Amino acid sequence: MASSPETTTLDIEGMTCASCASFVEKSLSRAPGVQSASVNFATEKATVQYLPELATPATLKEAVINAGYGVLERAPDTSAAERSAEIDRQKARAYHKLKRRFWVAAALALLIMPLSMLMLWPALLERVSLPVLNYVLLALTLPVLLYSGREFYVSAWNGFRHRAANMDTLIAVGTGAAFLYSLAATVAPGYFLRRGIMPEVYFDTTATIIALILLGKVLEMRAKTQTSAAMKALLGLQAKTARVVRPGGQEVDVPIEQVQLHDVVVVRPGEKVATDGLITEGHSFLDEAMLTGESLPVEKTVGAAVFGATLNKTGSFRFRVTKVGADTMLAQIVQMVEDAQGSRAPIQRLADKVSAVFVPTVVVIAILTFVLWFDLAPVSTRLPLALVNFVAVLIIACPCALGLATPTAIMVSTGKGAEHGVLIRNAEALEKAYRVNTVLLDKTGTITRGEPAVTDFVAPGSSATDLLPLIAAVERQSEHPLAEAVVRYAAAQMPAAESLAATAFRAVEGKGAAALVDGRAVLIGNRRLLADEGVSLSADLEARAKDLLAEAKTVLYVAVAGQAVALLGVADTVRDTSAAAIGKLQRLGIEVVMMTGDNPQTAAQVAAQVGITRYFAEVLPADKAGKVKELQAEGRTVAMVGDGINDAPALAQADIGLAIGSGTDVAMEAAGITLMRSDLNGVVTAIELSRQTIRTIKQNLFFAFIYNTLGIPIAAGLLYPVFGWLLSPMLAAGAMALSSVSVLTNSLRLRGFTNQ
Amino acid sequence: MDSAELIVTAGGLALAAFVLWYFFFSARRTAAAVSSSGGVQEVAITVKGGYSPDVIEVERGKPVQLSFYRDEESSCSEELLMPDFRIRRDLPAFKTTLVELLPQQAGRFEFTCGMGMLRGSLVVK
Repeated sequence: MASSPETTTLDIEGMTCASCASFVEKSLSRAPGVQSASVNFATEKATVQYLPELATPATLKEAVINAGYGVLERAPDTSAAERSAEIDRQKARAYHKLKRRFWVAAALALLIMPLSMLMLWPALLERVSLPVLNYVLLALTLPVLLYSGREFYVSAWNGFRHRAANMDTLIAVGTGAAFLYSLAATVAPGYFLRRGIMPEVYFDTTATIIALILLGKVLEMRAKTQTSAAMKALLGLQAKTARVVRPGGQEVDVPIEQVQLHDVVVVRPGEKVATDGLITEGHSFLDEAMLTGESLPVEKTVGAAVFGATLNKTGSFRFRVTKVGADTMLAQIVQMVEDAQGSRAPIQRLADKVSAVFVPTVVVIAILTFVLWFDLAPVSTRLPLALVNFVAVLIIACPCALGLATPTAIMVSTGKGAEHGVLIRNAEALEKAYRVNTVLLDKTGTITRGEPAVTDFVAPGSSATDLLPLIAAVERQSEHPLAEAVVRYAAAQMPAAESLAATAFRAVEGKGAAALVDGRAVLIGNRRLLADEGVSLSADLEARAKDLLAEAKTVLYVAVAGQAVALLGVADTVRDTSAAAIGKLQRLGIEVVMMTGDNPQTAAQVAAQVGITRYFAEVLPADKAGKVKELQAEGRTVAMVGDGINDAPALAQADIGLAIGSGTDVAMEAAGITLMRSDLNGVVTAIELSRQTIRTIKQNLFFAFIYNTLGIPIAAGLLYPVFGWLLSPMLAAGAMALSSVSVLTNSLRLRGFTNQ
Repeated sequence: MDSAELIVTAGGLALAAFVLWYFFFSARRTAAAVSSSGGVQEVAITVKGGYSPDVIEVERGKPVQLSFYRDEESSCSEELLMPDFRIRRDLPAFKTTLVELLPQQAGRFEFTCGMGMLRGSLVVK
């Protein structure tokens, strides 16, 4: 059978006109195996559809060369890890360069400052010629300006050409104005003196501002790398090699990139699992904390799924690879966290609007400040005062802190969440989780394990060792979920027992099953099955069945050779962690509501067991979203927790949906937050993390806004008429350097988040 | 008011007016995407103190490939954010970074640097 056609794109070299394109197109179309080819002259690309068994990229290239043109070889796609390593290297280089620029500026500023202060000691100043001193200061300031501060001016100029103003614009205009004024005062002091103005220089201001701003940038860069540390750690978890079993049985270590689907991989104790797969041989305990946040090792046997980057603790096993590269769980987690970090929280919107218009507005305020000081101050000091305040306004107004407030907190908290097995889809989800006051839990699979388990075995007058093998023999043939629970129970009770064979098996729809085991007729099913077969219950069994039903359990009746001999109580059991987690949520001031498709009796039973007072019973899958709406109509902000496909509409309807990770992809798709661990503690973690993150963001925004709204009027000299206060541009630079660093430091505090 | 004050006042006001006009009201460069034969809408953007072009028109429902070439080292532009498409990318200096997305809704979607100072927008028609 012919395989389906494939499509590829070639970068064509050497085309000079539209007719060249048609040449290439014709040549490609005639090549064997090519179904269609189209060449775009403008983009210099050819799109070719071909049959892979007849044509290869090499033969296609040949066809292009035959037409007289070339194919540009693209560099092979570098992996995400390599790309990220390259970016890291570049960042490290940039950091190193920045530090060097800072140290040069700082060293020179330390020389310039005391020299500028000579004026404070008139006795000392008499021995030094002022013009000479000014020229010395100028010579010392030039390297600060041209080397350390060069980037500010280049960037400001580039921005100006694009009609974009950034923080560099403010620094460049501010320090540039101070420098140019000082330069004029140094070169032509007579011009100033003739107009009754002292030719003061501000070289110290220029140098110190640049040094301080650079210090802020150094600290900022250092803190920023820490915000993505959690992501780096996640990426670093990946195994580098895998021990693949070759068809001959030989075990070979290969780089992880070469592992392919369906390969069989061996994992020894203490080794990392290379990629995702299913165990085919062996048995072990795996530490999956890196993916789920669960610290206890998980037992895995044949058929169980294992995930790349998890740690094999005890046994040795083999698994068949089911996913590689970007499809693996780890890669998807990393992708999800990256996506979340790229999203914007609604809370940031105001800050964004302000940032967009901020710099030009500040420039205008600075110009008006200059004009007002020039017009209102005494003639002898008006120019220096106007200049100093102009510079102070520009320098203090940088809105970096505003821009950093939200993203840095989101970066840290999404990474932290992943560490705890809580995957946050986007910043909006985080913000919504913060407002939640009601958590709606789906019972099955969320509060409970979601699979029935035998909780009671009642066999008055017979022994379990006799009966269980008979029962298991029949139930092994059945596909009913309850039968599975019975088989599991029998295996757990008598692991060493030999399996018996059942013959003449028949499933009775809606009632149970019957078969012959060891020549005896065995019936397992509900009450009606026994009634239909003419088997009656003893008074004792009748009473015991009533008790089990009162506990909201499903009862299976067993008859052997026409005699009712045993009862099995089956129920979906509550997870060990559910009650404690629900208690924690309630202590956080959140009302926990349960919903279930079960009857009110079962619902009441489970609710009581975990401490829930409000619940909805007999909710059909289609009505789940309606229940969410009902709660929302009460004015509540609802978080819905669920795991199945039938939960997806409710997850989407809720203000925030939390999908339990062992659930389906559909549920995860509909949810804002995914919990990697099947336990309700993840809900507590998610809500606590969102509360801390939003609190941090609010603090950040508050500080950033306060700083700018107070800083600008003070720098403009608003307090001068009242208190005689002016803000030195150097102080402004110090404050500005501190502002973004303090916002970053505040965000980094989230790294200390621990699960309560 | 002496003549110097008059000059400074008039000059200052004119300068302020120019700043407002230049950054907020002057015409922007708009570029429409070029569709390749594969149906991908391709746009090359240079990052240098800003994005040029900074307004990009694309069609809805067709994949878009934006290639950002960062032609500077200024740290201001090292990060690219497209919140509506949940994209956060580091742009290495003097290298081209490809960003692919599929616009499914018409509208104007902003992209910015990490601090939201440099701005551009993707206009989906």
